[in-house]
Amino acid sequence: MATSRLKALAATTASVPITLFGLVLVTFLIGRVMPIDPVLAIVGDRAPADVVAAARLELGLDRPLYVQFWIYLTKLAVGDLGRSVMTSHTVGEDIRRFFPATMELATVAIFLAAGIGIPLGVLAAVKQGTRIDHTIRVVCLAGHSLPIFVLSLLSLLVFYATLGWAPGPGRQNLMFDDMVPVVTNFLTVDALLAGEWEVFRDAVAHLLQPAGVLAYFAMAFIARMTRAFMLDALAGEYVITARAKGLSPMRVIWRHAFGNISVRLVTIIALTYAGLLEGAVVTETVFSWPGLGQYLTISLLNADMNAVLGATLVVGVTYLGFNLLADVLYRLLDPRVS
Amino acid sequence: MITRRALMTVATATPFFSFAGQGWADTPKDTVVVGKAIDDIISLDPAEAFEFSGGEVNGNCYERLVVPNPEKPSEIVGEIAQSWTVSPDGLVFTFTIKPGLKFASGAPVTAEDAAFSLQRTIKLNKSPAFIINQFGANKDNVEKMIVATGPNTLTFTIAEKVAPTFVLYCLSANCGSIVEKAVVMKNDVAGDLGNAWMKTNSAGSGPFSVRSWKASESVILDANPNSTIKAKPRRVFYKHIIDPSAQQLQLQQGDIDIARDLLPDQLKAAQANPAFALSSAPQSYIMYLCLNQNVPNLAKPQVRQAIKWAIDYDGIQQNIVPTTYDVQQSFVPKGMMGAISDRPFKKDIAKAKALMAEAGLANGFELVIDHYNGQPGGDIAQAIQANLGEIGIKVTLQAGEQRQVITRYRARTHQSAILSWGIDYFDPNTNAETFCVNVDNSDTARNKTLAWRNSWQDVDLSNRAIAAVKESDAKVREEMYASMQRDHHQRSPFALLLQATGWAVMRKNLKGFTLAPLGLRTTFDQVTKA
Repeated sequence: MATSRLKALAATTASVPITLFGLVLVTFLIGRVMPIDPVLAIVGDRAPADVVAAARLELGLDRPLYVQFWIYLTKLAVGDLGRSVMTSHTVGEDIRRFFPATMELATVAIFLAAGIGIPLGVLAAVKQGTRIDHTIRVVCLAGHSLPIFVLSLLSLLVFYATLGWAPGPGRQNLMFDDMVPVVTNFLTVDALLAGEWEVFRDAVAHLLQPAGVLAYFAMAFIARMTRAFMLDALAGEYVITARAKGLSPMRVIWRHAFGNISVRLVTIIALTYAGLLEGAVVTETVFSWPGLGQYLTISLLNADMNAVLGATLVVGVTYLGFNLLADVLYRLLDPRVS
Repeated sequence: MITRRALMTVATATPFFSFAGQGWADTPKDTVVVGKAIDDIISLDPAEAFEFSGGEVNGNCYERLVVPNPEKPSEIVGEIAQSWTVSPDGLVFTFTIKPGLKFASGAPVTAEDAAFSLQRTIKLNKSPAFIINQFGANKDNVEKMIVATGPNTLTFTIAEKVAPTFVLYCLSANCGSIVEKAVVMKNDVAGDLGNAWMKTNSAGSGPFSVRSWKASESVILDANPNSTIKAKPRRVFYKHIIDPSAQQLQLQQGDIDIARDLLPDQLKAAQANPAFALSSAPQSYIMYLCLNQNVPNLAKPQVRQAIKWAIDYDGIQQNIVPTTYDVQQSFVPKGMMGAISDRPFKKDIAKAKALMAEAGLANGFELVIDHYNGQPGGDIAQAIQANLGEIGIKVTLQAGEQRQVITRYRARTHQSAILSWGIDYFDPNTNAETFCVNVDNSDTARNKTLAWRNSWQDVDLSNRAIAAVKESDAKVREEMYASMQRDHHQRSPFALLLQATGWAVMRKNLKGFTLAPLGLRTTFDQVTKA
């Protein structure tokens, strides 16, 4: 049994590099056949033919496609993702700056989403058909169906512009700019490392609103899924047995029913988290959050292919990583899965 | 009675609400915070920067030999140059450098720095280099053509006699910014003339210097204490905000002092709000509809005329872009030397239909128009679609990202497109050349002007545009551009539509900020906050 599980795990793990290779290949090809001239981003619309040709040569676009791809792969193998034409930095440097911003946002969001969504889902299932269930459904429906830019702008209007409870868009108050040395690029962590409590407090305050909006969106999904899983579990014979044995309702709900759905919830949460880590373009745009989503969008619109490939690769690795993690956890936690 | 549960709820909520009500501090008094989309910046090196935001940052960090007088742009004044003379044959320009000017490092500005800066622009040969190298300089001869003949004198020799004002206006372009040779060369990597370093730093004598540029986040400029232009603010902070609504909210809350990208409705609301002041100025961007002459129907002169008579210019301006654009039907933007105020076309469907019939196309034809997918391009394209529909032209709109549309345009695979064009330097030749000159219509042409992109060759207008830059008499030159534009109205495959108006909305406590017209320098050195 254990051997077959290990084998399955090994097979899943082995598929990761193949998937990543496919991802790089497809992204590379799409980038090269895209109807945007990558040279335009560098030399602009006005440059004379010789300047355009020089830039094309510098980017290596004069070589055959397979040579370009091979060069990219050999550089990738040593961790060189190339240079972004939009930011003038290496793509590696850019990702080290933009990805932690997204990660900080996504991590806070997923904690809020799971922390609120799971109890709400359980409550809705337990109180199925009651006013509480309907209220939770409406709240979740709003989170799921309202466009996120509307939610973001509404949130800014209410909590920032009207009530003044939250600071405005951006990652920190500009007075604190450059105050803490960059170590991890997670502003909250860097502020703590530097012992700058004011900066930490400001960073957390700036984080809460966009994270809250993202969390609301993710929470709606988590709560709906929890409710569905719980309804399924609560109808199980072992729950009826547990109740018949006289166990307290809380124990039946949390220990027996919830205990059984927690494995499936892990998958849901892991994949939702991975989704958030891809970068929430709209939220990042409205909240002027310099995250991976914004980076990817700007790069794509300018055909900045090194940046697009690098960022896509990060998103791919993240997604695959979490998928793998969910897979492993599923196999480890649920003895029925071989 | 306070229950344990209530106590726990309050305790949990407290950290969240501790931020509430404390008020978020206004921007510091000595810092000007500008909310603007700055993701167009790809470099802050003046020899390379050719985008709007990068040019504005450069304008605050560097000085140039000469500049158009901000009060009266038709006049050229010295900035780093105290005076200049032109040799009798019109080929040698000699500049005397002002004494006492200093770079941010404290080193004096010398003729050697000025010569190096212009040589560097030519040698790097980035996008804006053509503005200087059109006078005959290239990387091989530039050290002979631009020479520091003494500590305070610089000569610039041009290959062929042209109007002196044309040379001076070109030297006043952003790529004519004077950089400090020693600092730049200290950061030279593998012969790049400091280009990699200069992308994110500065080495100028302007009132500010670049503290940092974080792409998609911010640009911070610090006052340069050594500049002769003493900046009143200690710092200028460009905050990258793409979303206009977010800009508006932050302006209201005092988190930014100036919002630069508000939409027409938001501008209207700001005009009615006593807490804000507004500054507006005509910009050099002209929106136009172009007709590719490779398309047989569009090559018929009557069809070009019919399309120009079918468009409802005033309706589009009043209903779609009442505050942000004005009707403009000539290629020299208003406010510039050579501009004319003629409005030869207005919507006249009967006349347009008659012209279509004359062209043998009374039943119309099908046409694809490419346009940017953002606003106001989309709404304007729809309006034109409806207008052309009235004369039987069945328009299919093809929206795309800006660079996607330009890629098709440069490859001449479009039929028709709605696009914008801004000037490269402050001389009418910048637009006369692109809208009229097409000496080589082959696919390998060096200069892909707008006339080339639409496969349009009008030898007469092409020659007149080339002749106009050689005319030394300013008055005669101005008349040449006026008559060229009048003929261009009638003959060209361009229906010029609108000229952009730029707006900045600022908080009332901010004084000394005005938006510069036509891409001239928008500066922050005189800005104060009450």
